[in-house]
Amino acid sequence: MSRLGALRESSRANLIVAVVAIGLAALVPFFFAPLSSFMNNAVLALAYVVMALGLNIVVGFAGLLDLGYVAFYAFGSYTVGWLASDFFAYINGGQGVHILAPKLLSSPAGIHVNFLLIAVAAIVICAIVGVLIGLPTLRLRGDYIAIVTLAFGEIIRVFAFFGDDIHLGKHALLTNGRQAISPVDQIDLPLLSQFDSAFSLRPYYWFALAMVALVLFVNFRLRDSRLGRAWIAIREDEVAAASMGVPLVKTKLLAYATGGALGGMAGAFLGTYYNSVNANQFQFGFSIFILAMVILGGLGSIWGVVIGAVALSFINTYLIPSLNDVPDKFGLDFDFTTLSFGIFGFLIVLMMVLRPEGLLPERRRRLELTEGVGAGDEQLFEVRA
Amino acid sequence: MSAQDSGVRPAPAAAGAGADGSILDASGVSKAFGGLVAVSDVDFSIPRRSIVSIIGPNGAGKTTFFNVLTGLYKPTTGTIVFGGRDVTGARPDKITSLGIARTFQNIRLFATMSALENVLVGQHARMRAGLLGSILRPPWVGSEERRVREHGRELLAYVGLEPVAFDELAVNLSYGDQRRVEIARALASEPQLLLLDEPTAGMNPQESATLTDFMETLRDDRGLTILLIEHDMQVVMNVSERITVLDHGEKIAEGLPEDVRRDRRVVEAYLGTQGGS
Repeated sequence: MSRLGALRESSRANLIVAVVAIGLAALVPFFFAPLSSFMNNAVLALAYVVMALGLNIVVGFAGLLDLGYVAFYAFGSYTVGWLASDFFAYINGGQGVHILAPKLLSSPAGIHVNFLLIAVAAIVICAIVGVLIGLPTLRLRGDYIAIVTLAFGEIIRVFAFFGDDIHLGKHALLTNGRQAISPVDQIDLPLLSQFDSAFSLRPYYWFALAMVALVLFVNFRLRDSRLGRAWIAIREDEVAAASMGVPLVKTKLLAYATGGALGGMAGAFLGTYYNSVNANQFQFGFSIFILAMVILGGLGSIWGVVIGAVALSFINTYLIPSLNDVPDKFGLDFDFTTLSFGIFGFLIVLMMVLRPEGLLPERRRRLELTEGVGAGDEQLFEVRA
Repeated sequence: MSAQDSGVRPAPAAAGAGADGSILDASGVSKAFGGLVAVSDVDFSIPRRSIVSIIGPNGAGKTTFFNVLTGLYKPTTGTIVFGGRDVTGARPDKITSLGIARTFQNIRLFATMSALENVLVGQHARMRAGLLGSILRPPWVGSEERRVREHGRELLAYVGLEPVAFDELAVNLSYGDQRRVEIARALASEPQLLLLDEPTAGMNPQESATLTDFMETLRDDRGLTILLIEHDMQVVMNVSERITVLDHGEKIAEGLPEDVRRDRRVVEAYLGTQGGS
């Protein structure tokens, strides 16, 4: 397994694969009608790829099992819900606040900020939320981190759910709860005409593809960097990592922040793409959905996670609905889509039996699983976080 | 190392004397886990550019003492001064960046990283690239990355690893090579003081002798100070300028190798008391 100098080659190979893959993906919309359901599903798949690659940094690289990733989806979506709708209708005397966003004369109320600024805001907010979620887990390891993050995700969901009872000042609420914040402004990029999802989904597709390209770039750059190595070192052996000069607190929090920021970006995109932000979207199941993509593809493997995300996304949007008439044939009357998490669970069990390292495993991970190497929860020192 | 130093009793002045001559001074260091006192009121100092050893029976508190020195444990009482700075209770990564590096009794390499990557992690404290620097990789980060990779290869060659093994995953390396990589990883943090926890464990006499020579090379060529925990008495007696003996967490003897070897309490600690109690 000689890899002499292979690193430089492999990063060049990755670049070529990425350019070809994204180039081909960019052509896909020309083969489908602008409003086809395929286009819709493809846009969702790309957004999920962004989410999964974000979670991959936390779970795959740094080995911190995060079961509350939906929190970043929620914060990202509410960023766009708050800053690009008439939700805060009373602001500025009903005349609204507009920042680099077109002002509709018919309905000027609310805050309307250009989506690019919102994306940046979502990234910043979710990075901060990532740190806040990360803080209480610093002294924990393994399963306990999962429990704390799970609880955090639920807390966020409950706040979103009952946000219509939380008053901010005289007029404003925190969220609209299960009544969505809607409509949300569509993306309006400089030099291009405003996106209109009633007319064509292609601009959203390309925008999502651009996000995927950006996040792939971030993932690859981080993996072969000082920070990426520190994450993997922590995943492998926290005590040794600290003893080699890796500051555990800072390095772990950076993983949470980076993963959260990417999830928040995707969340903001989904908010504007769905044209609504609804508390029902932020269920615990969503965290598992994204985590399943990462596991299916291969923890820590960037290309694997991309494949896992696309595969699970299309299973969710095509395969499961297409089986919808199966219960009928057996004289049963229920909606097959309600079983989707059972099906995901079954898929993960199947993967664990047949190919536990994931579809496209990272070299390290493969070794760990097949040769029993590595990161057990052995008795450790009182590493002070 | 005057003759007085060879005394049976722990030298009381050890901690205070420090300043110029010693690189590390620990005074009154204790570590208790609940009711169990693993290290008890140990005074200890290491002269600059020397090789000193800590020996003692199993469970004497040697590794605990190491862990206190490197910041993995916070001492219950006592102070540790390294290079004139009080590092008592400092975080492990902080202590590493100040110039103490270590190896572990049971090798703790990052198993699924390559030998070179292990050494790169060792240089973490000597690098500057942060989150944005790592993502954007401006020229200075690129040259930093090239520099540490070059330095990492040099270190691996220095400890005697064959170039073909540089990109091999640590777990696939032979036991001896893993020991080498662990030392290279520790050296990568550019320490002034190197702590080796039973480095010759599992080695045959020839390998041990090579390692002994290597320790002397490190001291003479690189100006390193080395603190050693070791069970192999031949290695200890050959290489150490001074030996400290721990038993049940207490320092029972300290001094030149030949004196420690003859010390009554040391002999008792290892062989038991004559004629029972």
